[in-house]
Amino acid sequence: MATAARKAPAKSVKSSGLSAPKPADFTKDEELAAYRHMLLIRRFEEKAGQLYGMGFIGGFCHLYIGQEAVVTGMKMALIDGDQMITAYRDHGHMLAMELSPRGVMAELTGRRGGLSKGKGGSMHMFSKEKHFYGGHGIVGAQVSLGTGLAFANRYRENKNVSLTYFGDGAANQGQVYESFNMASLWKLPVIFIIENNRYAMGTSVSRSSAETDFSHRGASFKIPGIQVDGMDVRAVKAAADVATEWCRSGNGPLILEMQTYRYRGHSMSDPAKYRSKEEVQKMRSEHDPIEQVKARLIDKKWASEDELKAIDKEVRDIVADAADFAQNDAEPDPSELWTDIVL
Amino acid sequence: MPIEILMPALSPTMEEGNLSKWLKNEGDKVVAGDVIAEIETDKATMEVEAVDEGTIAKIVVPAGTEGVKVNAVIAVLAVDGEDVDKAGEGIGEEPAKAETAAPAPAAAKSEAAAPVAAAPKTEIAADPDIPAGTEMVSTTVREALRDAMAEEMRRDGDVFVMGEEVAEYQGAYKITQGLLQEFGPRRVVDTPITEHGFAGVGVGAAMAGLKPIVEFMTFNFAMQAIDQIINSAAKTLYMSGGQMGAPIVFRGPNGAAARVAAQHSQCYAAWYSHIPGLKVVMPYTAADAKGLLKAAIRDPNPVIFLENEILYGQSFDVPKLDDFVLPIGKARVHKQGKDVTIVSFGIGMTYAIKAEAELRGMGIDAEIIDLRSIRPLDFDTIIASVKKTNRLIVVEEGFPQSSVGDHIANQVSQRAFDFLDAPVITVAGKDVPMPYAANLEKLALPNIGEVVEAVKAVTYR
Repeated sequence: MATAARKAPAKSVKSSGLSAPKPADFTKDEELAAYRHMLLIRRFEEKAGQLYGMGFIGGFCHLYIGQEAVVTGMKMALIDGDQMITAYRDHGHMLAMELSPRGVMAELTGRRGGLSKGKGGSMHMFSKEKHFYGGHGIVGAQVSLGTGLAFANRYRENKNVSLTYFGDGAANQGQVYESFNMASLWKLPVIFIIENNRYAMGTSVSRSSAETDFSHRGASFKIPGIQVDGMDVRAVKAAADVATEWCRSGNGPLILEMQTYRYRGHSMSDPAKYRSKEEVQKMRSEHDPIEQVKARLIDKKWASEDELKAIDKEVRDIVADAADFAQNDAEPDPSELWTDIVL
Repeated sequence: MPIEILMPALSPTMEEGNLSKWLKNEGDKVVAGDVIAEIETDKATMEVEAVDEGTIAKIVVPAGTEGVKVNAVIAVLAVDGEDVDKAGEGIGEEPAKAETAAPAPAAAKSEAAAPVAAAPKTEIAADPDIPAGTEMVSTTVREALRDAMAEEMRRDGDVFVMGEEVAEYQGAYKITQGLLQEFGPRRVVDTPITEHGFAGVGVGAAMAGLKPIVEFMTFNFAMQAIDQIINSAAKTLYMSGGQMGAPIVFRGPNGAAARVAAQHSQCYAAWYSHIPGLKVVMPYTAADAKGLLKAAIRDPNPVIFLENEILYGQSFDVPKLDDFVLPIGKARVHKQGKDVTIVSFGIGMTYAIKAEAELRGMGIDAEIIDLRSIRPLDFDTIIASVKKTNRLIVVEEGFPQSSVGDHIANQVSQRAFDFLDAPVITVAGKDVPMPYAANLEKLALPNIGEVVEAVKAVTYR
């Protein structure tokens, strides 16, 4: 089975006793759930790309295709009340947190039924009910905010954990390290999940980062880190179990470097000339997160091709319904211009 | 020559202090570095060290003296070979208390740089938000701010304060004095020097439902954090379609203090007032500081609360009420008048009030409006006044371009053009970075003369 997307073997963090755990042993139900959730993100994003091309979606639109295992595996370790926050490549995170596909897609098309009533767009959606805190357009800002969510957990003395996502590009922002320092100093329950998809827009990690092992980025702040094969949902789930347990036990923050890959450009308008077609194709054919699960399901005879096709059909129907809603829902009432500015 | 030991200035804005204790007696020998006395200001107790070697010939200001002016002679040191008994003769015979004119820096600052010290009596209009007959207690702005935070923290367990030196140090300007002792380190949180980061942590905590008070040691440092204030705190409510906002207060000293130069002397009232999604408050009196800070902490929106270091030590009457909360967005008519309207806010009020006294001597009856809130801005009160006086001056310390005054002038010209008998004049800080030199600093700030001249211009005197 081709599972390892990582370039170097995962390193143990001696001071913490933490090391990259073996990929989790999934039950049949877990494999099927992971397959279904990742497929929903994949199909949703493909549809979003299509609607962008048709002019239904404007502005910036950053697709998550290729990275589905990261949010899916992390979500499998959460308990009620755990928070999630990320940057602008956020549709997958919203779907993982069970925000309604209709609401997300209608926000992309700027309609009144969108999660932010059409006022946020692709990069800015939130759900207090589902503990999803955005959706942020300023690279790195969500890291301080996510640390603040963890601050609130500690203040309230609950067991919840803040899942704070950012990319290899954001990992070079100053406030990330300001947040690392405070999170470690105050032992805040925050998992810093660095989605290393190898390119900060068009700049490869090796051209932007003096230390390309992002699991070491917390070393100055005594934050342990683990490199994880972010293309294998089982590896992500196993790391998520370790990390959530670490945080819930009062040990403070932890870094998970998810080694992943985005198949599409940085945004819809990025032709991705900075990498070869072969590189993309190799990742797709050898490490695709969904194909890996599919192969295991077939291999273990936990599902037939027909049964998987039926799941695909259900997922496509959900996405088609969301797209249909998003194309036909009315635009926001003009009066909405003036609402929700201050309470 | 015997050496005169002078009352030292311990901070850029200190004008006087209490000589709490002498650690040396007359006749004691001292060498440089010996601690000879303790001085207490409203912010801190500090030790005074001897600079020269010699014998204390005379203690001029006894221990326990309050209100000793900076640069007053507090003791006389006889150096080697001098007669200790004669060294102190004739020195310090006049009292070193507040009445004594203090030499050099304090005096050189003049009324423009230290505007409040001797504010003339202005008949202050009654505040309709304070019930008639309420007992008033003289309170410093510093104490009023602390009381407001303490009261709100007692009332609501979700309120906490975070910032640099707010806890163990008791506040760089002693605004959070005593809060750590009452509320403990969970709710009074010392942060590292990391404005961008802790502003974001505060906003994140607010998005999760807590009610942080984030103190900036000065708003000059908040420029490092302005992305979190504007992009995260101010815009999230709108971007989330009303689902999620940030009930947070960002507070701290704003604007020029004294002699701290360009990077520490900027007024941000106009900056933050530009942003939809923020409320911006800038009180002048201690009563307004208290009532508005309490309102800001309860407000479900992000509130920028702009204080002023020079005002911290000023005392005002504060109503003795169990729960004194003022409305954000409502100006206060500080003094009623009929000939001209002077609108100001924060420390700008000190110029307005002193100018008003001069104008009265010239037979001009000015109305003074203290905006208190910059956003939302109470145009109703301004326009009602302009309809009465037909003339408007705005006084502020901030830079002139795109200033609060310019915005007011624009709105008044649109909403009350027919009532104006003269163009609106804004008296602002000069369009230069704040210089350090005392004389240049004085020139850079607005002054009373400029306000008087502006009023004379619009009243055609």
